[in-house]
Amino acid sequence: MDEIQKTLLEQVAGLHEVPAGAYNLRINGEAGGRNTTANIDIVPKTDVSGIDIIIQPGTKNESVHIPVLLSQSGLKECVYNDFYIGEDCDVTIVAGCGIHNGGDAASEHSGVHRFFLKKNARIKYVEKHYGSGEGTGERVMNPTTEITLDEGAYMEMDTVQIKGVDSTKRVTKAVLGEDATLVIKEKLMTHGKQTAETEFTVDLNGKGASADVVSRSVAKDSSHQVFLSKINGNNACTGHTECDAIIMDSASVSAIPEITANHLEASLIHEAAIGKIAGEQIIKLMTLGLTEEEAEAQIINGFLK
Amino acid sequence: MLELRNVSYRVEQDSAGKEILKNISLTIKERFVAVTGPNGGGKSTLAKVLAGIIVPTEGRIFLDGEDITDLSITERAKRGISFAFQQPVRFKGITVKDLIALAAGKKLSTAEVCDYLSEVGLCARDYVNREVNASLSGGELKRIEIATVMARGTALSIFDEPEAGIDLWSFQNLIHVFEEMYNKIQGSILIISHQERILNIADKIIVIAGGELSRTGTREEILPELLNTVGTCPKQK
Repeated sequence: MDEIQKTLLEQVAGLHEVPAGAYNLRINGEAGGRNTTANIDIVPKTDVSGIDIIIQPGTKNESVHIPVLLSQSGLKECVYNDFYIGEDCDVTIVAGCGIHNGGDAASEHSGVHRFFLKKNARIKYVEKHYGSGEGTGERVMNPTTEITLDEGAYMEMDTVQIKGVDSTKRVTKAVLGEDATLVIKEKLMTHGKQTAETEFTVDLNGKGASADVVSRSVAKDSSHQVFLSKINGNNACTGHTECDAIIMDSASVSAIPEITANHLEASLIHEAAIGKIAGEQIIKLMTLGLTEEEAEAQIINGFLK
Repeated sequence: MLELRNVSYRVEQDSAGKEILKNISLTIKERFVAVTGPNGGGKSTLAKVLAGIIVPTEGRIFLDGEDITDLSITERAKRGISFAFQQPVRFKGITVKDLIALAAGKKLSTAEVCDYLSEVGLCARDYVNREVNASLSGGELKRIEIATVMARGTALSIFDEPEAGIDLWSFQNLIHVFEEMYNKIQGSILIISHQERILNIADKIIVIAGGELSRTGTREEILPELLNTVGTCPKQK
């Protein structure tokens, strides 16, 4: 790994070197290292680019890291990763993609991640996206996440994209069985002329299923964001979706909620708030001795923390 | 020392002007000064004028001889003016610890943050890592607001009705907080209050009514006549 790749790795996975436990490192479209454990197997796909991650039932307190690094300008790739999580597992999965584009051609990474959680399996899935580089070439990331939760399964998804991705379309689809729980926390910041579109579709099919989809975002300069969230309550279930966005400069944000209750016992809530930073927040921090710019930075930092 | 010379603040309202502050001149050199008077009389506006949040339409303000009238909120804060809001501001994501560290202007250990919180009567461990958001009650926010001003420890600390929104039971402790602060703090405290017990510990009392400076003097001079007029409608006088 060179220095640029190491920086990307640190940004998307918080790692300085190769991680402990199971991992699969993909650098510029090629395998950059892999490790499996007794309980976690990683198998390359033969028909398309990508891997199958198979986690044995009952695996607890283990982690899988699958970072993707792109530092070669103009590279476009599409990767399919499938996660099979056995019954009663409790594991952490860290994915992430870092693109450094120092050239003029667009670099693009599209990842399709499919999760299949068996009965009572629990995972925490962390996904970070980061872009850097002085080149004029665009950095594009289009992650698709498809989630199937069986009875009693629990998935927490933390997805973060704070810097440097020029264009992104993020699609997440989930189908929940009986007593399954899905918690999604999205954090997004766009600047310059970036565009970000996120779309969540959650089908609450099982009795007692619940979903909480929360997005916090900041749009600066002339960037544009669209937040689309659809929750379908098809059984006795609870669903909550929330979009909380700060706009600055000449940015724009659209929040489009769609909650559909197809069952009398379905209880669904949508909340959305878009606005600039409250003036009194800036004034308060200025009375503590911060300049207006410092106050704004602190407020945004806290908001996206 | 703080000095106001002929300070007025006028707003345009329904094409007619309304004077919120009328030609106020006063000097504050005492260590504990209470500002009191009827609601809507201009007390909070006066406090905001001192902090730089409101720019007066006329008059000048001097801090230790320097004309600070044209200085921004930030510049005044850096020269030693602190301001505790009557209605504290909420922040999503910023923790109590973050806010107090920002006020102190340096990194603080959890133990140091706890000291400030304990002084305002909050059980520190429960609060340090909580966000300063809507999950805190009005009374809790007020105490944290007071703690941020204490953490700054500046030459002039202004409190806009610290008792507002605090229950009577907690109020007993709050008096104690100000008594302690009076003993410890190096600078001056200017406190807007309606509470007799706070007025009782003031070196000087300023009465603002109808946007004007109505009376000013020591607590011995002001307090007795103030208590005598309680219950009378000013318009009937």
